[in-house]
Amino acid sequence: MTSKDYTNNLRGGDTVVLGIDDPWIWGAYIGCILAMLLCVVYGALNWNKGGEDEEGQIKEEMEWHKKEKKMEEKELGIWDEEG
Amino acid sequence: MDNILILSIIVIIYLVLIGYVGYVAWRRTKSADDYMVAGRETHPVIMALSYGATFISTAAIVGFGGTAGVYGMGLLWLTFLNIIVGIFIAFVLFGKRTRKIGHNIGALTFPEFLSRRFNSKFIQYFSGAVIFLGMPLYASVVLIGMARFVETTLGIDYSVALIAMALIVAVYVIFGGIRGVMYTDAVQGTIMFVGMVILLGAIYWILGGVVDANQALTNLVNVVPAKATAAATATGFTGWTSMPALGSPFWWTLVSTLILGVGIGVLSQPQLAVRFMTVKSNKELNRAVLVGGIFIFMMTGTAFIVGALSNVYFFDTLGKTAMQVVGGNADKIIPAFISAAMPVWFAYLFMITLISAAMSTLSAQVHVQGTALGRDIYETVSKTKGGSSILVARAGIAVAVLIAVILGFILPANIIAVGTAIWFSITAAAFLSMYAFALFWKRSTKAGVIAGLVTGTLISIFWLVFEYKKSAEALGICKALTGKAILVTTMPWPTVDSIVIALPIAFVVTVVVSLLTKPPAKEHLDKVFSGV
Repeated sequence: MTSKDYTNNLRGGDTVVLGIDDPWIWGAYIGCILAMLLCVVYGALNWNKGGEDEEGQIKEEMEWHKKEKKMEEKELGIWDEEG
Repeated sequence: MDNILILSIIVIIYLVLIGYVGYVAWRRTKSADDYMVAGRETHPVIMALSYGATFISTAAIVGFGGTAGVYGMGLLWLTFLNIIVGIFIAFVLFGKRTRKIGHNIGALTFPEFLSRRFNSKFIQYFSGAVIFLGMPLYASVVLIGMARFVETTLGIDYSVALIAMALIVAVYVIFGGIRGVMYTDAVQGTIMFVGMVILLGAIYWILGGVVDANQALTNLVNVVPAKATAAATATGFTGWTSMPALGSPFWWTLVSTLILGVGIGVLSQPQLAVRFMTVKSNKELNRAVLVGGIFIFMMTGTAFIVGALSNVYFFDTLGKTAMQVVGGNADKIIPAFISAAMPVWFAYLFMITLISAAMSTLSAQVHVQGTALGRDIYETVSKTKGGSSILVARAGIAVAVLIAVILGFILPANIIAVGTAIWFSITAAAFLSMYAFALFWKRSTKAGVIAGLVTGTLISIFWLVFEYKKSAEALGICKALTGKAILVTTMPWPTVDSIVIALPIAFVVTVVVSLLTKPPAKEHLDKVFSGV
């Protein structure tokens, strides 16, 4: 006898989803798939967002870079000797 | 002999790939920015794969997958949290702010981020110390897991496997910095993804489809002899596709340690948070959400589904539950299933998958430890800013690897899952409330977050040493000091994870002390939150 021989021993009245009768478990199973889809949809919809302001972004980055370089020079003093 | 040939070819291709990307990373690393945050211009796919591969260690696949063989599909709640909290909330809510604020204050490490946000050197060296002292345990259990697996699969001596693995990781992390870590992570992440996709497809194919396989697992609890699950049933087990009895020890372990401890604790992992500072705009983070969501789903989802369903496979073929087949050691369920149900070539591919999972996690761990020692502790405490921070970080990494190897020889057996849980508990208790407030609550003060940091850390350590049964027994300190294994034996306390106790307390302490102290200077906040 294998586990597949038993098909009719579920508690009556339960909704069975994907072969699972406890809503807390099939909820988790479906929840994982929905959570993954949320990530996919979010990523796809925002694929090019957050970088629209290319020019401003580049300018800002250059300033960041300058600031960081300065900060590093000040704090570490390591770039002084190396130029 | 043919098998050995296939295996050798697979291993050599793998090592050449890792060596090549490690070399590329080394060539591209020039400054401290490069070494610690990859010049802040990492490709979104590399960032997402690196985050995912670091997040998922051997412990997650083999340890937690095997655990699913015992606890069943209820563990899928952890996958759910891993995706929603570990990817979506982490990238969209925490990641974007961490990236921007990290830029504004010029932070290169996680402790430095917190320290500059709150203008406190104490935060930097205290956090650095928590990381440098706590992480070796986590790093060494990952290393132990990998060496044990190589030992059983290839028949290589444990000590040799341990040292060889540690050396490979040490070389590419020390020379390549975070670029070396992230590039190799991306290669390793890809291998892990392929391995797990095949495994998930295979188990449902073997068991006759998704619905049939799950149905068989649902029915299984009524089919197996009661004595096979008697021990588990006595503590709250109700089946592999139903939640344990509410409030039972079985339920507390599943929900508090496995699901909440790891599911929430991921947000404040220093080796993961630092990755948000390696990309140049929110666009990369948006794109990484897509890749990361699919990746984590395939990793933990597959591991837990396969762990649970292995019971059906073993019962149909051997008439036993998974735990009976492996003689009670859950860590062996996934390897046992693979060697019984899958072809030889896949067993080898899976071995590379696991080595990849372990190496990608380990490399990030020692990188964070090295920068913690070099930048956060040494530079902050000694105040000698003359030396190169890369050099000190490299020395720190070498020390970190050495400690992990030494611990690999002295830690007791059955430490892998416990060691992982201890690390997640401590970091969540110490850092999570401070990190969340750093990003979202401008009224939080230096005194407030320091109070929260210290209380959270101390309560968490106290709970793990004196009350949480699994860790207290493994450490043995409580027994040595008080003569009792744990202080309070009334259920459910010995099975309640420290995160459930320490995190809320740290949270409340931070809020109360913040409200009682003077608000931070507007000037400082303007600089920190500029453009957020």
